[in-house]
Amino acid sequence: MTAVTATTTKVRPQRRRLSPGKVLAWTVMAAMVLITLLPFYWILRTALSSNTALAAHPGDVLPVDPTTGGFERALGLQSTEEAIAQGGSGGGLKFWRYLLNSVIVSTLITVCQILFSAMAAYAFARLRWRGRDKVFGLFLAGLMVPTIFTLLPNFVLIKQLGLVDSLLGISLPTMFMTPFAVFFMRQFFMNVPREVEEAALLDGAGKIRIFFRVMLPMASSPVLTLGVLTYITSWNDYFWPLMVSYSDSSRVLTVALAIFRAQTPQTGYDWSGLMAATLIAALPMLVLFGFFARRIVSTISFTGIK
Amino acid sequence: MTVASSSPPSRLSPRGVEGTAPQPRSGRKRERDGGGRGDGALAALFIAPAMLGFLVFLFWPTLRGIYLSFTRFNLLTPAEWVGLDNYRRMVKDPIFWDSLKVTVEYVFINIGIQTVSALAIAVLLQRLTQSAVLRGVVLTPYLMSNVVAGIVWLWMLDTQLGIGNEIIAGLGFDRIPFLADETWAIPTIALINVWRHVGYTALLLFAGLQAIPNDMYEAAKVDGASEWRMFWRITMPLLRPVLAVVLIMTVIGSFQVFDTVAVTTNGGPANATNVLQFYIYGSAFGRFQFGYASAMSVALLVVLSAITILQYRLTRAGQTDLG
Repeated sequence: MTAVTATTTKVRPQRRRLSPGKVLAWTVMAAMVLITLLPFYWILRTALSSNTALAAHPGDVLPVDPTTGGFERALGLQSTEEAIAQGGSGGGLKFWRYLLNSVIVSTLITVCQILFSAMAAYAFARLRWRGRDKVFGLFLAGLMVPTIFTLLPNFVLIKQLGLVDSLLGISLPTMFMTPFAVFFMRQFFMNVPREVEEAALLDGAGKIRIFFRVMLPMASSPVLTLGVLTYITSWNDYFWPLMVSYSDSSRVLTVALAIFRAQTPQTGYDWSGLMAATLIAALPMLVLFGFFARRIVSTISFTGIK
Repeated sequence: MTVASSSPPSRLSPRGVEGTAPQPRSGRKRERDGGGRGDGALAALFIAPAMLGFLVFLFWPTLRGIYLSFTRFNLLTPAEWVGLDNYRRMVKDPIFWDSLKVTVEYVFINIGIQTVSALAIAVLLQRLTQSAVLRGVVLTPYLMSNVVAGIVWLWMLDTQLGIGNEIIAGLGFDRIPFLADETWAIPTIALINVWRHVGYTALLLFAGLQAIPNDMYEAAKVDGASEWRMFWRITMPLLRPVLAVVLIMTVIGSFQVFDTVAVTTNGGPANATNVLQFYIYGSAFGRFQFGYASAMSVALLVVLSAITILQYRLTRAGQTDLG
């Protein structure tokens, strides 16, 4: 990339000057980045402010009367009296419980969904069996049904199974497959040269072994991207867990956060506590993304993963 | 539904294959194509978990959702067949029509602004800078849940204490009760969701832009074409199939708005943000009318299918001018 720019500038030096159009383009870009990132800073700034002092200085750029009280309230570390004195509701969050629930649900969904979808994708891409194309067509038709349509009937089903208010109940519907995951993995397996498999077959490996030892490791890049996106999606899901979970035992972070927000104290919102909770809930995904950002961004950029 | 075509295998070592590939051909071929029974048993094993999930949590619920729309059902007693009653009620229910109207208004604002902004970002990311860091930055809001995004903007747009209104007041204008006013609430929610989704949409479009050969821009530049002209003459025509698919995807997603409404306005003020999905949820879980809620879900399903087909026709998706 740099090499290309260098040659262009050498040949046509006048291009280095900033044209008005370019200045405008960069300004637009900078504005977009500012709007994108400003809320993140504002979360941090508010979370570190003292809630009672916020009202007097709504426009201050830096945290007002800095304190960690917001985080303490979000994590349930303050006593009820303390919390109420600082403008909180005293309701608090059983933060670690909800965090654990979110981790369990997202991990269960991601690991199972990707494994099962990849297995099915392999069967669709590489195994020969009667009715294969028809079954695949049926799976593809599943893409046409909006997820939201299946939520109500799925709730009825989960209730009949006696799994309401359980982590398994939250995970089950998306644990086995999504049509998209199957479709995406199949595309990948189709592109793997047959020779790779044939070589392993010659070595006497069975197809099960080939799948786990050859195909799956080779698919590490798409699996990783799909995995991270699935994790983010299930971590952020709100509607379905809201339907299924009633108590702390199965409450995930998104639902807990919405409840925390609804516990409005008489004096007004506990904004610093709320922003601290928000930050804590979002942080794991920011960290996860931070680790894999480059690979994910380029996979989305070049394959247009949904 | 998607433009996915997986990246080529990354850690491929064809070296070991070259020497051995030719001689086993005949033997392998017989196993591969012979008999027609192929790998039946093995395939059944591999597909079983996904098949189970598909049948139990996707196929069956779809049929059941349609069935429930013809019943009266409150979860406690068995569903009772009532024919078209729910649909008759729906047609005469002013709140249903109102929520449909609110939803359509939301979708128009959300998709309109989001598509234009995403296109602008994608083009800037392609023509101005190829920075991977910036691509990562525009994606960050997508990492937040709708709940988080909703709460943050609820705070930033608060009438008295929000930074948004501080700036507006600082400039000498009247404070705007963004989420507390009947006219402002829907556009505000639409914009909050633009904030969260625009980067992701931009990256999908960027993927489409990557497929346009750079030579075309180089050639156009030699002919003295401006960036503006190149956008309309090269980018837009060649991006059209991708744009169509992305539009269909985002419109379908947009119609399902729920989380942001639930967190910020709870359907209010005065039903001004009572979007369809919110009304459906309230009917089912607030009033335990699962039959009626299912009927409205079916209506939404029909609307979405119709829009998908219409959009597909209108934008001639799948065709490109590149051929």
